[in-house]
Amino acid sequence: MQIDVSQFVQAFLEESFEGLDLMERELLSEDLLGSADHERINAIFRAAHSIKGSAGTFGFAAVGEFTHGVETLLDQIRAGSRPLNEEVRALLLEAVDRIREMLVAARDGSEHDANAAAQTQAAIAELLAAAPADEAAAAEPAPSAASAPAPAAPAGESRWRIDFRPHAELVTTGNDPLRIFQYLGDLGALEVQCDTVALPPLAELNPEHCYLRWTLELRGAGLAEARVREAFEWVADTCDLEITCLDAPPADAAAPASAGEQRAADAAPAEAHGERRRRGLADRRADASSIRVAVDKVDNLVNLVGELVISQAMLSTIAQAEPDEFDAVRVERLRQGLAQLERNTRELQEAVLSVRMMPISFVFSRFPRLVRDLAATLGKKVELVVEGEDTELDRGVIEKLVDPLTHIVRNAVDHGIEPPELRAGKGKREAGTLRLKAAHQGGNIVIEVSDDGAGLDRERILRKAAERGMSVPENASDRDVWQLICTPGFSTAERITDISGRGVGMDVVKRNIESINGRLDIDSTPGAGTRMTIRLPLTLAILDGMSVRVGDEIFILPLTAILESLQPTRDQLHTISGRGRVLRLRGEYLPLVRLSDVFNLPARHERPEDGIIVVVESAQDRAALAVDELIAQHQVVIKSLERNYRRVPGISGATIMGDGRVALILDVDMLTRIH
Amino acid sequence: MSAVGLQRDAQARVGHRELLVFRLGDEEYGIDILSVQEIRRYEAVTRIVNTPEFIKGVINMRGTIVPIVDLRIKFKLEKVVYDDFTVVVILNVADRVVGIVVDAVSDVIAVDDESLRPAPQFAGHVDDDYLDGLATVDQRMIIVVNIESLITTPELGLVDEAAG
Repeated sequence: MQIDVSQFVQAFLEESFEGLDLMERELLSEDLLGSADHERINAIFRAAHSIKGSAGTFGFAAVGEFTHGVETLLDQIRAGSRPLNEEVRALLLEAVDRIREMLVAARDGSEHDANAAAQTQAAIAELLAAAPADEAAAAEPAPSAASAPAPAAPAGESRWRIDFRPHAELVTTGNDPLRIFQYLGDLGALEVQCDTVALPPLAELNPEHCYLRWTLELRGAGLAEARVREAFEWVADTCDLEITCLDAPPADAAAPASAGEQRAADAAPAEAHGERRRRGLADRRADASSIRVAVDKVDNLVNLVGELVISQAMLSTIAQAEPDEFDAVRVERLRQGLAQLERNTRELQEAVLSVRMMPISFVFSRFPRLVRDLAATLGKKVELVVEGEDTELDRGVIEKLVDPLTHIVRNAVDHGIEPPELRAGKGKREAGTLRLKAAHQGGNIVIEVSDDGAGLDRERILRKAAERGMSVPENASDRDVWQLICTPGFSTAERITDISGRGVGMDVVKRNIESINGRLDIDSTPGAGTRMTIRLPLTLAILDGMSVRVGDEIFILPLTAILESLQPTRDQLHTISGRGRVLRLRGEYLPLVRLSDVFNLPARHERPEDGIIVVVESAQDRAALAVDELIAQHQVVIKSLERNYRRVPGISGATIMGDGRVALILDVDMLTRIH
Repeated sequence: MSAVGLQRDAQARVGHRELLVFRLGDEEYGIDILSVQEIRRYEAVTRIVNTPEFIKGVINMRGTIVPIVDLRIKFKLEKVVYDDFTVVVILNVADRVVGIVVDAVSDVIAVDDESLRPAPQFAGHVDDDYLDGLATVDQRMIIVVNIESLITTPELGLVDEAAG
């Protein structure tokens, strides 16, 4: 039977890219160096190992071969025979890039930079070759390793006896004992004894069953039980396995490798380096075509659908009754059924939406690398602080966030944070701090990128704007001036680097953010830093809302914006001459916004004190909205007005009510700003 | 170019097209039938604030929010009544769905391009820019409108300037 493996290639690539991301993340973790954190190294090793393994299976021989060297290097680090220093880390990161390039090329059918790959591979080989003799031998990608292990010093050697008794169905699960042995053979000297006692006569033999048992003896330097056991990871459920140690290993292999330093010398020039890295990052943009969802989320969905079916069955049983049987009891049961249906619907809705939700670490995780590389290229010191990376938001939003955020971060490192000497001169810490922060705030998610760098230069921006012939009002507020940098073609960089400063940027950033209904706010203090704040809707689809009546129209207020509602008394309402009216609430004065005035509608109540006041809060401000009546609280499906019409000030979207009519959703941010 | 546009081009080549004819006051207008998605009764709309009077509001058409333009108000017809004959022609032009309110839909006719006559400067209530010409069918004069350019004109304010 021929199996078409091409259908699995996509999955392989996805897994490999994930593996690479993991390797990179772990490699970049601050505390990796020095502390021999085995969990981390193991995780990196496992990722490399599975990439190597599957690359071979799917015919990406070059990837497999390349990764083998990386794996060997990691293996030595893991075994403690090679210290992990800055050089080795840099080399490993470079290797991650190379593998990613190869896989991207394989995916797109394009060419990868074979030269770069060969260079990196050579560097790794060189590093491996420079290691002490016995380790070098272990590192050789020797296919005959099973028969020819390097004789190692008996002191560091451990011997394991493995009783491997596969269940009959082992081979039907796609596992091949031979491959396991080959893997073990790579670990050290392997002796294999096969026990054929259970083998039936040919006539009775089921060719799909495994009747053989093996006893293996493995000898290798610094071999831990976990590593031996790992070979059987995939077959643990389908075999009986017994691993015994034949002699206690005094394994403390401390073998410093001096090759690392040598390697640093022939690193490519930093500039070219950075360029290639960035390309690697760009290539990494996740494909939107498929998503991976946790199994428990899917199980939950299946359960909920099950409940939905039960509710539906229950309702149709009630509905099958003859019309004259509709007595009070039956109606009551109908009500109960409907209530249950409503609950099912809501739960199902939440579960479906949660499938689309992803933690923002998906975006944030690429920044440690970006910042590190950029800072190195620019000769700056930057400390990256990430907060709230577990904040979840809609997948569609996340994908559209990658580019703008990358750009903002890049700008902050390039333009914001000053070079160390300059910082020292200003009495700041040499290392600048770049802070990435995500948090929920009501129905919004707020993402902040702040640095403690030079801040924006008001004079220079104004000068530049004048040069470009932009009209700027006299005495423009800082906020207005900062927004100027978001105009197309605007760049104040005195020196154009290849990182930023070509003047294509902030305008695109702003446009991208606005395209997902977000807003970009810029805050800057000269000498103290810049803060870019992105505000985004949590999800693009559903909103908890309160319907309110103004005149004959019904509007929806996002529930998250509502603080409270009240019936005002006359003495709570005051007029400030020329500035409109305010509502006094517990000693605080809030601007009163009459929706009937804003939307030019005839109000039912002439005086606000006859209607209802809804106190709302936006990111900036609070306001008291005067409406005629509160109607009900419900979830609404957000429909776009812009799809067929256009943006309307004060309105963030539309929805369809139970009776089929359209109701408009109020833009609270906008309403609190108009007073 | 939209699929509708392509089809229209194809038709232009053979010089033959079908028009949906509707009445605005005493005049009859024809629009390319391929731009028409459906015809429905006029029903209550949800008003949108701070819009010109001729934008009646939006309706829910099977889950899609569709803006409704009353062409009679736009073209300053004297009598604007909403009765049983008042219909909304739902158009699919320039990649968006828009409804127009007209007095009545009367006919579907086929015309050859050769039979189209250029419109004199003052024909009807519609600006010359949106006119393809005048067609004559059974002694009736039908004003042939290029509906796509009419709907997307900034004057109507249906399309965001930035997007348009």
